[in-house]
Amino acid sequence: MIEIPNEVREQMLAEAQREYPNEACGLLAGRVVVEDGRTDARADRFFAMRNADASPASYRLDPREQLDVFTRIDEEGLELVAIYHSHTHSEAYPSETDRSLAFYPEAHYVLVSLEDHDVPVVRAFTIRDGVIDEQEVRAG
Amino acid sequence: MAVKVKIPTMMRAAAGGLAMVEGDGGTVRDLLTDLERRYPGLTERIVTQDGTLHRFVNVYVNGEDVRYLGALETAVEDDDTVAILPAVAGGAAQARPGVPRR
Repeated sequence: MIEIPNEVREQMLAEAQREYPNEACGLLAGRVVVEDGRTDARADRFFAMRNADASPASYRLDPREQLDVFTRIDEEGLELVAIYHSHTHSEAYPSETDRSLAFYPEAHYVLVSLEDHDVPVVRAFTIRDGVIDEQEVRAG
Repeated sequence: MAVKVKIPTMMRAAAGGLAMVEGDGGTVRDLLTDLERRYPGLTERIVTQDGTLHRFVNVYVNGEDVRYLGALETAVEDDDTVAILPAVAGGAAQARPGVPRR
């Protein structure tokens, strides 16, 4: 389960629209509770990040900005809870590329789909050892 | 004295569960060779079989991306901090057919 406050959700959706038709990407920071193999998270902060690929079909965080924001998250006493990106022309489900490049087993992967541009869809997953597991998204 | 190396979560199992390890070497490549000797398997996701830096791993020396320095030949000294971060990347290319929601 990942709790996403409405304010953070609005920021994610706005970023997806701003970057359209390219994919938007970012990081969500907050708190994580791991219990009985379940990971529950609350996303308190959204960091919009530059898509170094500037592409409608892929994203990659700029390595320098990635380190800077990871360091900020640490310094603010928060944890990385989720990795966000948008799919502009497909559903909010991890692609084969997303699955093969999922190097953060501790994080949720939050996907926003703008496939229906007027009705954005937000879904969340964990991806561990190549296994995609959908997680509940709760409004905060 | 040694070089401090920050290990990302996904590689900690190969580093005895540690978030920070120490190693020796005059370059990043030597340092990783030393770490591989101490923690077998640790560097297989950092260095390719061809001996180059893996495309989807970022290595930083004192906060600088080694791709803009000397890649694996970047010099390191005692008390330097090396951070290893897997890339954050992906995208819709090759999008797969939908799976119903639970």
